[in-house]
Order: sequence, then C-alpha cells, then structure tokens
Amino acid sequence: MSSPHSFPIMTRRQALIAGGALVVTCLVRTPANAAIDSGKPALTPSELDSWVAVKPDGSVIGYFGKVDIGLGIQVAIAQIIADELDVAFDQVSIVMGDTAMTINQGGASGSTGLELGSVPLRNAAAHARHILLGMAAEKLASPIDMLDVTDGVVSVRGTLGHHAEERGVSYGELIGGRYFDVQLQWNGKIGNDVAVIGTAQPKSHGQYRVVGKSVPRADIRDKLLAKEIYNTDIRVPGMLHGRMIRPPVAGAVPVKVHEAAIAHLPDVQVIWRRGLLGVVAAKEWHAVKAARELRVEWSSPAAAFPPQEALYDAIESAPPVASGGAAPVGDIQGALARAGKVVSATYYWPFQSHASMGPACALADVQADHATIWTGDQKPHYIRDGVAAFLGLPPEKVHGIWLRGPGSYGRNDGGDAALDAAYLSKAVGKPVRVQGMRADGIAWDPKGPASVHRVSAGLDASGEVIALRFRSKAFSRENIASHPDDPTQSLAGQLTGLPIKTKHAFDVPEEGYDFANHDLGWEVVPPLLERASPLRTSHLRDPLGPQLNFASESFIDELAFATGTDPVEFRLRYLKDERGIAVIKAAAEHAKWKPHTAGGNAAGDSADPVVVGRGIAFARRKNTRVAVIVEVEVNRRTGRIWPRQWTVAHDCGLIVNPDNLRRVIEGNILHATSRALFEEVRFNPQTVTSVDWLSYPILEMRDAPEKIEIVLIDHPDELPLGAGEPSTRPVAAAIANAVFDATGARLRQAPLCAERVKAAFLQFEG
Amino acid sequence: MGTRSGGPSLKLRLHVDGKSLSVAVDDANTPLLYVLRDELKLNNPHFGCGLAQCGACMVLLDGTPRRSCVLPVSQVRDSKITTLEGLGTPDKPHPVQQAFIDEQAFFCGYCLNGWVMTAAALVKKHPRATDEQIREAFAGLKCRCGAHMSILRAVKRLTEVA
Repeated sequence: MSSPHSFPIMTRRQALIAGGALVVTCLVRTPANAAIDSGKPALTPSELDSWVAVKPDGSVIGYFGKVDIGLGIQVAIAQIIADELDVAFDQVSIVMGDTAMTINQGGASGSTGLELGSVPLRNAAAHARHILLGMAAEKLASPIDMLDVTDGVVSVRGTLGHHAEERGVSYGELIGGRYFDVQLQWNGKIGNDVAVIGTAQPKSHGQYRVVGKSVPRADIRDKLLAKEIYNTDIRVPGMLHGRMIRPPVAGAVPVKVHEAAIAHLPDVQVIWRRGLLGVVAAKEWHAVKAARELRVEWSSPAAAFPPQEALYDAIESAPPVASGGAAPVGDIQGALARAGKVVSATYYWPFQSHASMGPACALADVQADHATIWTGDQKPHYIRDGVAAFLGLPPEKVHGIWLRGPGSYGRNDGGDAALDAAYLSKAVGKPVRVQGMRADGIAWDPKGPASVHRVSAGLDASGEVIALRFRSKAFSRENIASHPDDPTQSLAGQLTGLPIKTKHAFDVPEEGYDFANHDLGWEVVPPLLERASPLRTSHLRDPLGPQLNFASESFIDELAFATGTDPVEFRLRYLKDERGIAVIKAAAEHAKWKPHTAGGNAAGDSADPVVVGRGIAFARRKNTRVAVIVEVEVNRRTGRIWPRQWTVAHDCGLIVNPDNLRRVIEGNILHATSRALFEEVRFNPQTVTSVDWLSYPILEMRDAPEKIEIVLIDHPDELPLGAGEPSTRPVAAAIANAVFDATGARLRQAPLCAERVKAAFLQFEG
Repeated sequence: MGTRSGGPSLKLRLHVDGKSLSVAVDDANTPLLYVLRDELKLNNPHFGCGLAQCGACMVLLDGTPRRSCVLPVSQVRDSKITTLEGLGTPDKPHPVQQAFIDEQAFFCGYCLNGWVMTAAALVKKHPRATDEQIREAFAGLKCRCGAHMSILRAVKRLTEVA
C-alpha cells in the first residue's frame, strides 16, 4: 500500500545525479527545496542542458516541454533521442511538462508533439553527441572521424572489446552528472514555435536504428499494475479538498448563502467572491456533500439561450461579428450564374463537450510570495502563467508540476480547475485539491462550437464542376483561448469580474480540391452569453476539423452523384495534391472499393430494415493526409447506425513508432465515431442540461467496429508530421456517405443519431 | 462558517486486497471510493462520475465488479474487496492485466479499472466468451480516448486461446 506522501521531491540537479532509471512521473518538487537546485545553467532554450542530460551511469534524460495526454508521445521522443545520441532506447528517460525542468514547448497542441516538439530535442541530442565525441577524441587520442558510438560508449573504430585498455569511454565517464554548459542557437520563440539548432547534423534515415521500431510504452504496464501516479492522486501535508458550486441558471450569481444548511458537516469553509462560490473541507466526501447541500439564493438573469431546436435558426439570423476565409479563386458569382445546374446543401454541427474521462483536478499550494500548482492539464506552462497572473505573482514564482490526468483532447475543464484551486488555496491559506463532479466536466467545460455550413456548386453542361462556394456561419472557435495563460479566459476570472476578451475566428476546409472557381469563407456570430457561459467555446480535438469536413466531404459525395461519378473517381479528378491522391488510392485499393454512381442501391424495395453501405472521405490536416472508407450497417427501424469496418490510409511523414501510430489512429476513429453518432450538448433557455453520461451519451463497446484496417504510408526521408488528430477529421462524413450508399437518404445534421435516422425512414416504424 | 469538528463515529473493518484494515468514518453512507482513496490511500480506483455511469471506480466485491463511487461503505464490511492493485502483482500479474499489457491497451488509462475488473470477472465466468458476450459484459463502461479496439483484442487473447 502506498504511503500518502511517498512522491520523491526532485530537482533538475538531483535528476541529473540520481542513479538508476528515472521514474519520470515521480519528479515532484516544491519551492521549499528549489534553492538547492543551484549551479545549473539557466532554464532557457539556448542552453543545451535545458534539453538533454547524461547521468553518471550513462543514461540520458530528455527534457520535453510538451506532455503525453495518453497517446504515448514520450516513447517516440525517446526513440529520436536514442538514435541521435547512439544510446539504447532503455537508456533514455523523458521528463515532461514540469515548469522548473522543461522549456515551454506549448504543451499538447494541435498534433505538433512530433512535428514541432521533437525538433529541438533532435537537434539538441545531435549536438550533445557532437560535444561528447569531441571529449572522447581527446580522451582516446583519436580523430573524431575514427570514433564509433554504441549504447553510449565511444570507441576507436575496430578496437572495442579487444583489450581492456581499448574499451572506449562511456558518456557517463565523459560528462555524467555534470552540465554541458554549451549554447545552442535559439530562434527566440517560446511555445509551439520554439526551435534550437546546434552545429551537428541530425541523422538521416539510413542511420536510424530505434526510429521506425514499434517500441512499447512502459507507462501502459505501470497503469495496468496500479503504479501510475495521476495528478488526481497527489496529496501533500495539510491538504484540504475543494468543490466549486456553479450556477443553476447560466449567468446567475449567488445573492445569499445559507451556511446553516451545512453546519452539520465538520471542518467546512465556504469561499465566496462575487460569482465564484466554493467549499473547502478536510475530507473529500464532506466537500462533495457540502457543495450539494449548501443553500444558495441565486440571481434570476434573463434566459441566455434559445430553445435547443432553434439553435441553428439563431445562428443563421444572428448578425455576424467577424468574417474571413481563404482568398477566393476565380469569379465565383459569374461561374455560379452561368452554371447549367447548381447543387446546394446545408449541414449542421452541434456544440460538443470534451467530457473527459474524469472531471479535471488540480492541487494548489499558494503561499505569500510563491505558489505550486499540480495539474494534469495538457499545457502546464500556460497553467503556470495563468495561475501567476490570477494571483498577481511573477511566473517564476509559480511552479507548475504536471502529472498525467484523464485524456484531455483540447482545452477541457483543466484550465478552470487550476485557477479554482489557486483561488481556494489562497483564501484558506492551505494547499487545496479541487476535482470537479461529473457535471463540471460535461456541462461546464469549454465547448466545441456549433455551426451551419451552406455549400453550393455550379456544374456546366458537361457535368464539370466550375464553381464551389462554402460558407460557414458559426460560434467562434475560441470564445476562450486554447492556452490557459490568461485568467480572463477562465470561469474563476469571469465569475470574479475580470474583463471579457473573446476571439472571433473560424476556419475553412483544408482538403484543397482544384475547382476552377472557388470561395471558402466563414462568419462568426456572438456568443449567446458573454460571461461564464457553459456554452463558451474553445478547442476540442481537431478544432473545427470534424464539422468542416463533415460538410465539405459530404458535399463532395453529393456532387459526385449529381454528376454521375463514382465518389473515389470524383475526388481523384479534382484533387491535385499527390499525397492526397496517394492515400485515397491506397484506401480504395485496400478496401476493394467498388465504383458506383448512385446511392441507395442496397435499399431498393427491401423490406428488411437493415441495409449495408460504404462511404469514403478524405481529409488533409496541415500536411497530414488521411482517407477513410467505412462500411456501415443501418437499421431503418431502430435508427441504429453501426460503422462496422474501417479502412484508413494515413500519411504523416516519417513513421517513428508504427504500432503506436496504429493505436493512435484507432483511438481517433473511435472518438470521432462517438462525436459523429452520439454527441450533442443539450441545453434549454436557462442552462446546459447535458450533465452526465446519460444526458451526454458517448460511444460504448457495442458500437465499436468489428475491424479497423490501417495502411501506413511512410516517408522515411522526411520528418514526422502530426497524427494525434487528422484521422478524427474524415470520420463523420465517411459515415454519412456510407449511410447514403446504404439507404439513399442524405443525413446533413450531426450527430447522426437514431432519432434522425428513424425520422428519415418513417415507413419502417412500428 | 460551517466549522463543526466532528469525530468519526463509525469504526469499520474492511477486507481489501487480502489485508484486513480498520477505518473510521462519520457517515455510514460514505461511498467506498472515498474510503479507499482518502482513508486507505489506495489510488487506483478513480473518480469518473460518482453516478455509476462509467466504471472508473470499479472494484471486485467477492469477485463481482461493483462501482465503488455509489457503494456505501457500511454495506461492504463483510465482503472481500479487490482493487486493481490486489488483482495481481508486478511479478505475477493477473492474466487479464498481462493481456492488456501485451496488447498495449488503453491511452490515458484513467478508465481502466472498469474494463480490467469486468474482464477479470468475465473470463472467470466465461473463459471462452464470444465477441457478443464480451461486448455485452462491457455495457455501461466508458473510455473517452477510444481504446475499444485494443481492449477487445486484449480480452480475446484470453478467450480465443486454442
């Protein structure tokens, strides 16, 4: 049984000199002993020591300023470092996300973990090898170009192992436990864009030994054996438990609080400032009960939201506050005017919740002039900055410690939990751990935005598409910024009266079909409630990708059939991007796609309510390309859609870890299937009514597919691109296209839930 | 301020992972989850919903998967409670744990108590469970990261052994 305070406190210095393998999740440190971490080069990107360290036993630490939200990126980072340094994979451990030990690399963000995040580590490791070879050359009295490195032991070529005196010299002997104190060239940026480069050339494909191998994740074993320490598991001496009490009506604030209602609970304090109300107790269960039982009189604001069924009318009739898009190509108006036929369709996407597996948790210890925040958020450096700003402390006086939390997939409730914990800890003068209840993670997280997409295309007499117009009208992608570094972007900030700042932005489809005239644009409408809205928007996995692709790739299918063309052939005809063409061809070939030019063939006059069909969709996300083909079973009586078999063709540049990539793609397909078929945040004019897994259903095992077959297209001579989100993108459109193939009915509103499917097939009722 | 300092009024003996442990609570309705986590410092059952809707807090009660977030502690004192930590040991993992490790199942892993405990009970009762039985046994469990395919493969490593 683990002791409550058994987490070793460790500094960079201690990490460097500690013997044995480093257990990265145990690197917990408090400001109290920060002072002993002296004599080290400053933690800035230009210091090589900020990225890699060699311990006395020759093992290597990589300091990664992003974090693993569950996809296992630390393995790929370690593989890259192992190859650049010529050490064995098992000699590398990765420290992630601790603000006192790692550079702010932007946190988990936009599938950039490998594409951007690995670059400084690759370059730093290559430079470290170069420095170490220089040291070894001196020690072994040999020219550098005569040296080999095997598992971190440098030797003169051809001599290793022949005689004891010719055994070579290990990295541990050369620099173990000491700092390099060497400078790299830094581009001056921080966050996702931070880059450093040394004078050494990183390796090329032919020199990779570990990159490209399916090395397993050590953390999976730890998790199965109950060894993983999540951020929810941290306890510190004197720690209290907090719970927040959110308004029962959106926009309401507490007017009167009756503490007598919880007087029977021991050691409970009520903390209340303007709209922000919480309770703190010595025992977690007492905090839960106090939050439930505290009697609060709330203000009665006007209803903030339209009835749910009027949401899309509200979007369409709202005056836009911002607009934008891609530069139009050609003359869209003229081309549509002269088109022999115009095809139009409108698509709808709902608000969706992160609904993370556990409600967010944070532990804050706020002292007079410094603070420590333990967080599972995917952007711990920005959490540090946000907590510092909220408390009025300089960022360097706040230590952010990251441990794994429930997979977050965007700006979930983690940013709010951190400031709530800081607020409560400051108020009571003790460390406070806050974990939300289920509703905090579903009703009160920032949401993926609802949207309406109007698409039109003009066809000439020969059936050629001469114009495409794509217009989204939607809530902004970021009422709340994706980085949690600004307290105005949090519930705690907004409920205590900080000014409201909101960004008005949306996006356009990225697939890039080459129609002669095209115009892709968007308009953003104002938020329904400005302050502390449970429908405020922010980034949710592949922000805007699923909704834009659902509209654009459904419409491409509609256009294919309108022109009597097979959907695969149609895409290949208008796509000029070679790598896009390659994934579509690979998927079609692997799935043995049968060309067809009309939907609903399977349905015919069949009296059997169950019909089967196949659909394709293509997605480009930055430079990653994905094509998916899905076979669905549609029950026209029950309305159930079951995506039974998937084929995914995936190109994300260099593949670092094929098996892990396959699992990441599977996770994308499942998560996106859940969003496509089931997920819609419910609300009434007063508030959000999706508060748990019954009112916000997600995919369960019965709906998991039978099979997902994956074709990986490797580009070994390139660098890795993103894979954490791109295969989320085409899922909804592929399913809708398959439903059309099966039934002849086109579903244009997500989620493609049973009620909507049943409504399309009334003849099968009863 | 509600600052009454009340002493625990109920002393209980619980049988957890092969050990007999005494705990004191002031509320007989305290869910087992909070007793395991906050009194016994057992971290592996997780709070997911508090509503018996997800399975993150799953333990075995006399071999049957139960959601500890809604289980009053006073109702379990005569039962054998098994948590993930008591299912197997690092040296000798339970076959279900080993199958999940071998399959590299899960992503964040926050949900895994539900799947692992349910799978342990399933393969004991139905060593050759069919795909349909496996899916049925897992009804009501949530995994937000979408690890379902690897979970199915892991269980089938045990049920489809020749």
